[in-house]
Amino acid sequence: MALINPKKKEVQVKIVYYGPGRGGKTTNLEYINKKFKKRIQNEMVTVKTYGDRTLFFDFLPFDIGEIKGHSIKVQLYTVPGQVKYNATRRLVLRGVDGLVFVADSMDLRREMNIRSLQNLKENLETFNKSIFNIPLVLQYNKRDLEDEGIPILSVDTLERDLNSRLKAPSFPASAVKGDNVAATMKKIIALTVGSLRKKLE
Amino acid sequence: MDFTIEFDKQQIESIENILQEELIDLGVQSVILMDLAGNVIVNLENGGASHDVYSLAALAAGNYGAVSAMANIIGEQEFSLLFHKGAEESIHFSKVVDDLLLLTIFNKNVSLGFLRLKVTEAIKRIQALI
Repeated sequence: MALINPKKKEVQVKIVYYGPGRGGKTTNLEYINKKFKKRIQNEMVTVKTYGDRTLFFDFLPFDIGEIKGHSIKVQLYTVPGQVKYNATRRLVLRGVDGLVFVADSMDLRREMNIRSLQNLKENLETFNKSIFNIPLVLQYNKRDLEDEGIPILSVDTLERDLNSRLKAPSFPASAVKGDNVAATMKKIIALTVGSLRKKLE
Repeated sequence: MDFTIEFDKQQIESIENILQEELIDLGVQSVILMDLAGNVIVNLENGGASHDVYSLAALAAGNYGAVSAMANIIGEQEFSLLFHKGAEESIHFSKVVDDLLLLTIFNKNVSLGFLRLKVTEAIKRIQALI
């Protein structure tokens, strides 16, 4: 739940990037950090373990301006994708306002995507939230691998696997190249802030 | 369970006054009242420090969650008080109510014992407000 400070007229919005391990969640945030450096005053925080994997989470805060007289502070988080870190994922999901599910387009990761999305649904339920009515955007990452001859899933297959019931906005993307990274972020911010508008009136 | 505590302007002002009187006037560098989602509710500083409070709050929420999980393993529900000591600056965490934490950053001119006393006092006064 977004925190609204009526004295400072400030809203803090929490957006979490979720998805299977090595799917590119951290790469999304790194790209955003680089691309929008001028507008981001604080350093990106990242807690990594040996071998460059996310242990705890990454955290990137920035201001997106004013809506209805309130300044909006967006806080982007990632979760650790590895299966064994579920307790940490639940911790990061606490108080989430909007979600980006970063799926891995690699053929080999088909099953992992489905399992991770199911895990997200279950974890949200522990906070009495439903995946069907929280602001959500899907990102089909690593589209660039096709150019290297690595077999990837078609967007249709990913849509059928992950989005047939959710019907969430989705973007094919390449976090490494930056394709559709900003578009994904803008979409989730628009959806999340839109869901708060009523509260700010 | 997802907690939400909403504060009105008057509550925030009263909390700021309490933290100013009990802690900032004592010589503490900065105090942050935050929720366990990592949101900053109130932040006061004595003017001598400019910490990145949003990142601090995000990490503190994660840290508190991790330490609570450790507590569970040894059969405790939680550790309601944490203290990290540095050479110059230290951080003290204390639970206010279920979803709220009070973070205090202070230097070696402030004694830990006295700080703990004052934190307890401030928490009692804040609890009475919520």
